[in-house]
Amino acid sequence: MSDAMSAPASAWLQRLSRPESSRNRHSPVWLKEFRHAALQWVSERGFPTARDEAWKYTRVGPLLNVAFEPAEPDPSRRLSSAVIDQLAGNLGGIRLVFVNGHFAPDCSSLKKLPPGTKVESLASALAEEEGGGSLEAHLSRPFAEQTHAFTALNAACAEDGAFVRIPANTMIEHPIHLVFLSDAGAAITAGPLVSHPRSLLLAGAGSRATIVETYVGLPGEISLTNAVTELVLDEGAAIEHYKVQDEVETAFHIALLDVRQERDTRFTTHSVALGSSLARHEVTVRLQGPGAETTLNGLYMPRNRQHLDNPTTIDHIAPECTSRELYKGVVDGRGRGVFDGRVIVRPWAMKTDSSQTNKNLLLSESAQANTRPQLEIFADDVKCAHGAAVGQLDEEAVFYLRSRGIPEPAARDLLTYAFIGEMLELIRLAPLRSHVEKLVASRLQAGGVAVAAAA
Amino acid sequence: MMLQIRNLRASVAGKEILRGLSLNVSAGEVHAIMGPNGSGKSTLANVLVGRAAYDVTGGEVLYEGKDLLAMSPEQRAVEGVFLAFQYPVEIPGVGNMYFLRTALNMLRKQRGLEELDALDFLTLAKERMKLVEMDPSFMSRSVNAGFSGGEKKRNEILQMAVLEPKLAILDETDSGLDIDALRVVASGVNALRSKDRALVVITHYQRLLDYIVPDFVHVIANGRIVRSGDKHLALELEQYGYADVEQDAAGGAPSVVGAMP
Repeated sequence: MSDAMSAPASAWLQRLSRPESSRNRHSPVWLKEFRHAALQWVSERGFPTARDEAWKYTRVGPLLNVAFEPAEPDPSRRLSSAVIDQLAGNLGGIRLVFVNGHFAPDCSSLKKLPPGTKVESLASALAEEEGGGSLEAHLSRPFAEQTHAFTALNAACAEDGAFVRIPANTMIEHPIHLVFLSDAGAAITAGPLVSHPRSLLLAGAGSRATIVETYVGLPGEISLTNAVTELVLDEGAAIEHYKVQDEVETAFHIALLDVRQERDTRFTTHSVALGSSLARHEVTVRLQGPGAETTLNGLYMPRNRQHLDNPTTIDHIAPECTSRELYKGVVDGRGRGVFDGRVIVRPWAMKTDSSQTNKNLLLSESAQANTRPQLEIFADDVKCAHGAAVGQLDEEAVFYLRSRGIPEPAARDLLTYAFIGEMLELIRLAPLRSHVEKLVASRLQAGGVAVAAAA
Repeated sequence: MMLQIRNLRASVAGKEILRGLSLNVSAGEVHAIMGPNGSGKSTLANVLVGRAAYDVTGGEVLYEGKDLLAMSPEQRAVEGVFLAFQYPVEIPGVGNMYFLRTALNMLRKQRGLEELDALDFLTLAKERMKLVEMDPSFMSRSVNAGFSGGEKKRNEILQMAVLEPKLAILDETDSGLDIDALRVVASGVNALRSKDRALVVITHYQRLLDYIVPDFVHVIANGRIVRSGDKHLALELEQYGYADVEQDAAGGAPSVVGAMP
């Protein structure tokens, strides 16, 4: 261990890396070496501090104070599909469920897939792959290209996650739902658990699919989910992606969605962040083929003492790409919402068309929102717009509604819902939209009285 | 007596605006309240619907025998008090139809009545929209968002027609309206006149009273009613202006012209 890491952080890391040998037993050599290198990286560089610009608003101290243990699979714990339906919604398509980062085939459902399509656990994909396949290059990439301690930690410790490979010109009709459940109450050694889901989604040229990642939890011990999802869109692919983070409010959640887009691809992601005591959902998109379009939407609703951070980076590498970004925060109680949006336009990314908007609504005196748009433009002939706002409910509007007989809590809900409504309408996948609508309504002051009337 | 205002005193930001105003209104009556700018007309309207920025410093207001000033704004609405605002607020993101239905159903619920379903509401709304000659497309737009001045005022009267208050206060509903819009709004209001409903029409100009003919006209100056009379008082004011009444306000007791209740 180097000087970069404090003694407690070092002990924290030691505990997580203990079962390295058992995990590596069946792994190919490259993976063993890769894991070792990643762990080395964390020990040498340490965890992000206030001095790291990208972690300016999020302190990882509280997380490093918890004595986490690596989550082992627990075959004695049986979860019904009904529990998953209730927590994550039933989207009626293909569903892979991971409990504490380990694939749980019992509550997963695989529908018939077009020929050549793979939707399975990454562990089985690795087991199937014999001698230096394409997985190596993919799995090492996010770690190699944009490492911070948690990406590296994921590289070092990840054992499983989802693997999706869609062949060229294939359309997957039903949504692919990936459910990651934190179930720290179930552990044999009941204690704080950490899991490192690692997912790899490969969309072949001209393919089309809808992919939903849902992170939920059962009440119990404290958990940490440290997820990395990598998505590659080959030429002309179109992927609609959703991420719903609704973990229990004692959980920690650190995640990276790493996207690469080739020529003429279309990518949309909607992030809905509701749960966790501390969550950081990072989205990084590289537009590396001309004519690619990307849309990043996000809704975050911290309350109580929740801290929800949403760093995004859109890297315009190729010319003639379009990016659209709309993030909205509704902050209540002593919650804190963060939007940190970077847009980079490289010197050769001419005719870039980019716009970014972040709006925050503060519902209480002690609610806090930080918004930081960062545009780094190195090319001429580009169109880049951005705007950020932090505000409160319009008291004139509250009074107007009350004067018409709508009680104050319902009036405030109605106006809050009006602010959020735009984000919900953008969710095109109907069963997911209604699931999210319910989650959002249940968090409003009057329990969604006014909102329910709208249905 | 539906509304009894006794010696009402109110201030805004520490400045006293109403200085002992008294007024009685019975069901079925239409009262016009006229007065120069700054006389306290709008303050009266805002105090009656419970806007927080207005401090009541004296007097009382009884509505159907109950202490109106002790009620929250939403309770006042439940009891049947309605204000057509001078400047209706724009609420982007809240559909006009949805808002109106929510308001009606919340009122009905609090009054112990059954809520209207979407279909019944639509039937009611369509019928009432005819009163103010409002295009159905307005119902699918956000509340007042991007509406012209006239459209906003029509929307206020539509809300009144749907919510069916017992006491409706119209705060300068005529301001900013051209003659056609004025005629439409006034005929909407006239259609809502009934023996069970009282209207208090606040206006600076006599013009509106050509269309909504009042039973009583009161002149307010310096925070008090200084003259009361019938519709002829409005015409007199039109002719001679407010100079006399402001003098009256500085001096003695209210004078009375025409028939009194």
